[in-house]
Amino acid sequence: MKRTLLLGTRKAFIAYQFKNGKWKSENISFEGIPVSIAYADPRTNTWWAALDHGHWGVKLHRSNDRGNTWEEVTAPSYPEGAEIKNGVPATTRYIWAMAHGGKKFPQRIWVGTDPGGLFVSEDNGNNFQLVKSLWDHPTRKEGWFGGGRDQPGIHSIVVDPRNEERIHIGISCAGVFETTNSGKTWHIRNKGMWADFLANPDAETGFDPHILVAANSNHDIMWQQNHCSIFRSSDAALNWEDVGQKGGTARFGFAIAVAEDNPDQAWVAPANSDMTRTAVRGALCICRTDDGGKTWKDQRNGLPQEECFDIIYRHALALSGDALAFGTTTGNLFFSPDRGENWQVVNNYLPMVYSAQFAD
Amino acid sequence: MKDVPTEGNSFTEIFRELDSHYPGLSKYVLDEQGSLRKHVNIFIDGKIISDRSKLTDTFLVNSEIYIMQALSGG
Repeated sequence: MKRTLLLGTRKAFIAYQFKNGKWKSENISFEGIPVSIAYADPRTNTWWAALDHGHWGVKLHRSNDRGNTWEEVTAPSYPEGAEIKNGVPATTRYIWAMAHGGKKFPQRIWVGTDPGGLFVSEDNGNNFQLVKSLWDHPTRKEGWFGGGRDQPGIHSIVVDPRNEERIHIGISCAGVFETTNSGKTWHIRNKGMWADFLANPDAETGFDPHILVAANSNHDIMWQQNHCSIFRSSDAALNWEDVGQKGGTARFGFAIAVAEDNPDQAWVAPANSDMTRTAVRGALCICRTDDGGKTWKDQRNGLPQEECFDIIYRHALALSGDALAFGTTTGNLFFSPDRGENWQVVNNYLPMVYSAQFAD
Repeated sequence: MKDVPTEGNSFTEIFRELDSHYPGLSKYVLDEQGSLRKHVNIFIDGKIISDRSKLTDTFLVNSEIYIMQALSGG
């Protein structure tokens, strides 16, 4: 297990460190400011904080000394004339995803934003450019729309370590897109997904993958917690299969995590339907499958089982080795050292948690 | 509140000069398309500007330009 845990929260960037068997706060930065993503680049141990100032717009900061000092870099911005729709200027409204470009591209960083633009930096974040090929995709203006946010947003960026020019992204609401040439061209990968909210169920885009991940041990195995169910692919998103628990708990939610050593073992954090978005029957539960989604079991030991309203946002469930951690919408932080069998409270008094990531 | 004597005939010039004193300030007040951010207001001699997207409101040599963030959130 990595022994640092970074949190992006509604009121701060928070880093915890695991020492002597306990998680202790190591760093609190940007107090009072919403941090949409707290991200550690494992190649350099650079920490990133994507800020969502209520008044002053989206900002991006990085730290090379574990949060002791921060440097502001120019946040991704849309070029003059870029439009969300005809006549609606595009501006960066939210940073919703960050991912490093891999070993082959040591200076490359990807950033996903609302309103649907993917940005890339080739100089470790000093400058970001809009990926025009995706922004100009013929489906964007008419076939993408807001889901969870007012405008379409890129919340998932999955770089294949076997070929780091191959990237899958998840967009709410559009679906899954793949490039095999570092973003020059894009393919839609929504086959097998369904979306009961679409006026046209046969639409090419408009799907709502809440989060998209690939299995560390086999990147052809991909998982997504979708708005409508849980989907799994065994061929790198060419085809998706519904593996949600029919009539059970593991169906609707936002977050998903996959075991590093087993592509068939995954965890989801269910929420109570897409109508109320509260804990299922007032009880907090993580669900785990060990067989690729054929069966799911509830993991509740140590989690509150009554009068609970918490749900877990899409980036707020993290995994490292046997350890899992998640932060909730009501500021609770839980940790499991044993793949979800038992849960411990780390803190009950945090701000709303947007993101969680284990780091070195 | 901070008073900054500034010269300029347009908001473009005003923000250019402000940026020379406080690098990056304009990116906090304006978005990348040059529009005033949603929760920020600008007053010219006590009157709120009318053009938030292109900032074409005019002012005089001795006008007071007052930049204010809205009071919101929680």
